[in-house]
Amino acid sequence: MRNPARGFGAIFYKEVRHMRRDPMAILFALVLPVLQMIILGAAIDTNIRQVRTAVYDASGSATQTDTPGTASSRAFLDRLRNSDTFRVYKFVYSDAELNEEMISGRASVGIKIPIDFDRKLLRGDQGQVLVMVDGSDSNVAGQAVNVSSSLGLDESLRRMMAPGQTPSIEVRPRMMFNPDSRSPNFLLPGLMSVLLIMVTVMLTAFSIVREKERGTIEQLLVTPVRPLGLLLGKIMPYFVTGVVEFSIILILMRFAFMIPIHGNVIVLGLLTMGYLFVNLAIGILVSTKANSQSEALQFCMVVMLLSIFLSGFMFPRETMPLWAYLISHFVPATYMIKIARGVILRGAGLQELWSSGLILLGMGIVLLLAAAKRFQNMTV
Amino acid sequence: MHAIETTNLTRRFGDFVAVNKASISVEKGEVFGFLGPNGSGKTTVIKMLTGILPISEGEARIEGIDVRTNPEEVRERIGYMSQKFSLYDDLTVMENMRFYGKAYGLSGTRLTRKIDQTIEANKLAKYVDRQAGRLSGGWKQRLALGCALMHEPTVLFLDEPTAGIDPVARRQLWDLLFELSGQGITFFVTTHYMDEAERCSHLAYIYYGELIADGTPDSLRALPEVNPSGTRRFEISAPSITSALRKAREMALFRGATVFGRSIHALVDDSVSAEELDSALRGRGVQVEEIRPLIPTLEDAFVELSQRRQTQLEAAL
Repeated sequence: MRNPARGFGAIFYKEVRHMRRDPMAILFALVLPVLQMIILGAAIDTNIRQVRTAVYDASGSATQTDTPGTASSRAFLDRLRNSDTFRVYKFVYSDAELNEEMISGRASVGIKIPIDFDRKLLRGDQGQVLVMVDGSDSNVAGQAVNVSSSLGLDESLRRMMAPGQTPSIEVRPRMMFNPDSRSPNFLLPGLMSVLLIMVTVMLTAFSIVREKERGTIEQLLVTPVRPLGLLLGKIMPYFVTGVVEFSIILILMRFAFMIPIHGNVIVLGLLTMGYLFVNLAIGILVSTKANSQSEALQFCMVVMLLSIFLSGFMFPRETMPLWAYLISHFVPATYMIKIARGVILRGAGLQELWSSGLILLGMGIVLLLAAAKRFQNMTV
Repeated sequence: MHAIETTNLTRRFGDFVAVNKASISVEKGEVFGFLGPNGSGKTTVIKMLTGILPISEGEARIEGIDVRTNPEEVRERIGYMSQKFSLYDDLTVMENMRFYGKAYGLSGTRLTRKIDQTIEANKLAKYVDRQAGRLSGGWKQRLALGCALMHEPTVLFLDEPTAGIDPVARRQLWDLLFELSGQGITFFVTTHYMDEAERCSHLAYIYYGELIADGTPDSLRALPEVNPSGTRRFEISAPSITSALRKAREMALFRGATVFGRSIHALVDDSVSAEELDSALRGRGVQVEEIRPLIPTLEDAFVELSQRRQTQLEAAL
């Protein structure tokens, strides 16, 4: 006879009225993530290309007016340039100058070809090339080292082999699911997971805090409205907002960024609802804990940062230290990113992703019950 | 059966005792005034009685129902209007009423009928579509009261309902309370206004967690602590009131002196007559317009009770 969600209708009615009274807030919450997606999706290219490179070729009898280097050093440098990874923007004429370019940050890579490079090659010795890499950006550094070593190897092989002879093994990479290795394809499904947090966690986090600040919460507590009814009533309108936001993002992704969705959209939608639910539960839990909107905002920032850095959105989870990897299991965005990339890029379905969906649902229920419990014990 | 009854009601916050063994009983249909300085535990008592705050010790019953074991049943019977304006500023008058009605489980024609009644009883018809935040203080309070009464509670808790509203609205609100109490609704009201306290049929005074007085306004004014035997009170009007007060306080004749408006309320020995007081003051160069015998006001009573309690507390340290 006792309905544990008593008062749901009343609260839902009230929340919808609040939203209608302040449509700008909702519009803002919907538009901001979309703008962010457009900016990030168009601007960020995680493929490393055209790294600024300074070259000091000491191998020839170079003066500043001559073309520096020798035939063999120039051949090597040409291959570097053609790799698309390096962009030689400057030739320098001393070690000091090369150092200066590196320290100032103008060059991310400095290449020095020593004075005896050509001589050693002609003698049949090993010619050496110094590749200095600015390690402050580890992605760029890694790529620069890899490409330059494989170029060296390649060039060496070419010199060792007789004309017409080919290397015995050829590795032929094929990029599955993202054949052009386009960054947006990889980035946007993850970004979607992060952006959805904004309309869900933040909006709900403020909803109960606002009542605390206004002093209406006590009035609510003396009504027969039960905690679960209150929380669900508050969550529901934002759930709908979240679904709308998800649809906008998905449409934009498909038709503006031309990312093919290989899997079933319904499956994606279904699993996303689980994710929305978790975020709403987090928001409402934050809301019961925080005493002011600024406090709530700080909690939200924590959720946001965890979701960006530990979910696999920015950095692969596999390379994280153990503790971070363990934490990442408790970040809902981790599962959402798995789901989004799985369905959109790889065409995965419920068969592959049911466990992620189930984990999200479980998280949501636990958090919501925790919020209800806290609410019941709330001593104002 | 009492409308509200507590025995040894206690609330602790850690080591701090906010309310200490308060026993109150309020009859059905009474307008019960609950007074005390700020921070003395008034709101804490209300929060315990309405089930917002758990009770540390003791018992509380509303119409015979235990607040601790049956909070839900209690909630059906009580209404509450908090200190702060407790409506949603951005919702209209109508939306606020709809929401509170729904929160108490009203729906359909019952809800519509109840809303119509509330509009009529509080003369809100002109404002139904106005946002609650744009109403004046008095109208806000009427709306809040209307909302708190939507579910026809029999006990209503009002925490400083008239703080910050104008005297006319204040008078109207109290008239409304008496009308409702005539219909059998019990009111538990906190206030700092003495004229409001005078209108209550039953008063209690809480001082830093301790209930130190309980009774009708007349019985509180007549308390022996307020009227120490062998003393009497006079009201002295004087043109320059501050210097008169300063001089009076220097004189041994006065056991106590406080300014009320343009006069001094003085406590003196029983043996002192008005004429003696007059000549003594004139002897000190104080101009006196009039000296009248005085019955203590409620404020006198509360100030006296507070001071006595304070002295006891300090002596105990």
